Amino acid sequence: MPEILSLNNIGLRKGRQQILSDISFSLQDEQILTIIGPNGAGKTSLLKIILGIDKPSSGSLIKAKGLRIGYMPQKIHLDPSLPLDVLRLLRLNKGNVSQQDCLDALSKTQVTHLAKQQVQALSGGEMQRVLLARALLNRPQLLVLDEPVQGVDFLGEAQMYDLIQQVKEQLKAAVLMVSHDLHVVMAQSHEVLCINGHICCHGHPQSISANPEYQRLFGQQLAPNLGLYVHEHDHEHDLHHQGCSHD
Amino acid sequence: MIELFLTAFLAGALVVLMTAPLGCLVVWRRMAYFGDTLAHAGLLGAALAMISQLPLTLAAALVGLIIALILHLLSRQQSLSNDSLLGVLSHGSLAIGMLAIWLVPTQVDLEALLFGDLLVVSGSRLWQLAFVSLGSLICLLICWKPFLAITLSPELAMAEGLAVNRYQLLFIVLLALSVAMGIQAVGVLLFTALLIIPAAAARAISRSPEQMAILALMIGLGSVGLGLLLSWQLDLPTGPAIVCTALAFFVALRLVSSWFTKGSA
Repeated sequence: MPEILSLNNIGLRKGRQQILSDISFSLQDEQILTIIGPNGAGKTSLLKIILGIDKPSSGSLIKAKGLRIGYMPQKIHLDPSLPLDVLRLLRLNKGNVSQQDCLDALSKTQVTHLAKQQVQALSGGEMQRVLLARALLNRPQLLVLDEPVQGVDFLGEAQMYDLIQQVKEQLKAAVLMVSHDLHVVMAQSHEVLCINGHICCHGHPQSISANPEYQRLFGQQLAPNLGLYVHEHDHEHDLHHQGCSHD
Repeated sequence: MIELFLTAFLAGALVVLMTAPLGCLVVWRRMAYFGDTLAHAGLLGAALAMISQLPLTLAAALVGLIIALILHLLSRQQSLSNDSLLGVLSHGSLAIGMLAIWLVPTQVDLEALLFGDLLVVSGSRLWQLAFVSLGSLICLLICWKPFLAITLSPELAMAEGLAVNRYQLLFIVLLALSVAMGIQAVGVLLFTALLIIPAAAARAISRSPEQMAILALMIGLGSVGLGLLLSWQLDLPTGPAIVCTALAFFVALRLVSSWFTKGSA
């Protein structure tokens, strides 16, 4: 599989604070990579570097030529004074997208019915789907998702991950996802990267949960849950219930 | 007499042409206090213009940019909130401007700068206004989509490859220019009102950003026209008369929209 993204010894310094150091990994075509880590671990900073919003203070970032990235932010802070419907929200980007493209994208995330709805009236889950649809507009080869299930209830969370999986298969895109939720994500990921300023450990979901670095970071009590996880989807409910204390 | 009135209206209309769409962006971006700061700094700009013989437009734009730069530098230290920093800069520059006008013997009419007077706009000033206002409007139309995209989310816009910093700088320049123009109409103290109130009034009945901008423009034009008429008939100062008319629009549209929302619910 061809490599589409590779990071070599990326470091980020802001003022006196070293936010990231020595981050190296690469992403292959159609791979799902999940980045996990505690709050303040530099997950979002790392995404910003990959997206080209921030420049790393050291190291290098290599993207495949002409790589199309679709980015879904964690949330957007839209002032209620801005009257905007969903369709317009989608069309507000640099490229020229037709209304039909927008409707297609909305149907992929199953929210075509919201097209004329004012953005402020959307629920958390609807907003996530709209933002995901927006990220699909330029037929991305890489989807970058920042905490895609934040603020969604449990059922919505499972549905959202299913949706991401579907969309990924349709587009044949790679997915790079940041998550604080270790349990649901891990089953679908090919690889998990656990960071806390630096890379604590990375590997397949199963091997991560057994890693002592990981256990130290997220607490011993979570390890058994994770063991359960790798089997089946139908354990999600339990796991979510027990596991929400880590963040 | 009618000529004087028309000149005043035209001048006011040209100012509103800038402030109405810019005001919408200011409201959406929650930058009302920033607008206020630029307006207060406008007095310092005016003082600078008197002292250095620079054109008022240039001096006010320059001071506005410097204020924005200082704010940017100070906010990076993160020891004070932007809100407090703006308070310091806003009233600091207002006070320095007042002192400068007090200390340097010039012909300047402090009252006209503080409260504005459309009825004394000269022909050459009108041309200057037309030039700056239409130029800014064209610029704003061209950059409308990127401005909106940045309003939505600067980070998303940056990730999509937009030169966000350049557009932000342009936005501040446009705002500073509108201050330089607007001081004549309503004065330093009421400039923010001209920026914010028509946009806020238009919000009540708008469904899209463009609709809101155009409605704000119409409300702004109506306020200038009616305000001038009031000021003419009742011998009132023009600036406050215009702003009070805009306020009346705001209240009326709020009432109308809440009436209709209740009706449909």
